[in-house]
Amino acid sequence: MSAAVLTASQAGLLSCLTCGLLSRPAPQAESACPRCGARLHARKPASLVRAWAFLVCAMVLYLPANILPIMQMESLFGWQSDTIMSGIVFLWSTGSWPLAIIVFVASIVVPLLKMLALLTLLIAVHRGVRVHTHDLARLYRLLEIVGRWSMLDIFVVAILVALVQLQLVATVTPGQGAAAFGAVVVLTMLATMSFDPRLLWDSARGEGGHGRRA
Amino acid sequence: MSAPLTACPECDLLQTVAPPRADMLACCARCDSVLHRPVDEDVDKPLAYTLSAGILFLIANAFPIVGLELQGQSSSATLFGTARALYEQNMVMLAVLVGFTTIVVPGVQLAAMSYVLVPLRMGWVPHGLPLALRILQAVRPWGMTEVFILGLLVSLVKLAGMANVEPGIALWSFGGLLLMIAAAVASFDARAIWARLEVAR
Repeated sequence: MSAAVLTASQAGLLSCLTCGLLSRPAPQAESACPRCGARLHARKPASLVRAWAFLVCAMVLYLPANILPIMQMESLFGWQSDTIMSGIVFLWSTGSWPLAIIVFVASIVVPLLKMLALLTLLIAVHRGVRVHTHDLARLYRLLEIVGRWSMLDIFVVAILVALVQLQLVATVTPGQGAAAFGAVVVLTMLATMSFDPRLLWDSARGEGGHGRRA
Repeated sequence: MSAPLTACPECDLLQTVAPPRADMLACCARCDSVLHRPVDEDVDKPLAYTLSAGILFLIANAFPIVGLELQGQSSSATLFGTARALYEQNMVMLAVLVGFTTIVVPGVQLAAMSYVLVPLRMGWVPHGLPLALRILQAVRPWGMTEVFILGLLVSLVKLAGMANVEPGIALWSFGGLLLMIAAAVASFDARAIWARLEVAR
């Protein structure tokens, strides 16, 4: 990276994340985009603190999400309680292994990788990591794309609960694990949105983006 | 006019970016994030996708998605019914989450896009355009129609072993809705409309 590289914040400009307009901030502290009216910040406000808060909550809830049942099915054939993992095992054992793999990736692999990736990004910014910035930026872009697919199991529970309501024959009720899992998905999405990828490039240049000079 | 100066939204690098030609993307010189897609000044295409998605959205909401028959008893579920079932089981937050991501967000997206595109097509700028575009951008990550459809597929496979599953009218419109919403959102170029707004003023 040469010294000629200049960012908008170094040039005293603010770029609007909503409409893309570049503008010179007004002297007062709060400024709004002159074109679309969105609030402007050099970096997303309290990016690291918010991302950490959402991430820690998600990590705590990840345990009950996986241990508690996400749904119970009562039917003529007996009573069955499913956690996320046992639902996957059921799909696998009944021969639907392509779906078992999809659910495994969406419900187990993606949330876990998402939390590890956020952890990596946050630690990289805090430590002012100067290498692999391109890979970290790519990791962030990937997070934004895959995050929503973890909702898969929530929708499965919702559909089964709505559909399997045959009194005496079979009923499905949602379990507390589903609520915890839904919270994990939402919290990791909020953490991803709060994180400002520009901080990666700031710290790669030794700037310490949140007002801390390295 | 020379290429305008912009800052990359992902790494803040200042650079000049000219609108790319068709089939090409303009990417950030430092972090490779996409800065500009080819600008389609025409609003016909996104408008057509939005309106057809709107029709399919109404059908997908009005009719049962899927029916179930077992031991002479039957039940069926609509899109709203899935959220309501969770609510009735005291899973209020989950019910809100499901209703929001499958009904509210796609509905708001389609309404806001129609609100922006129809007047633009007729040659005038709608009142409150900036607000509509900001709402669109804010809700975009929370629209989960395609994830819901995959969930539907998984649930049907889970049920197929124990009961007769009958696809409803809404199931087919959901398939179309998935494609149309994706096409509408992809062809809707907010930046091109922002640029237009600047000219119009």
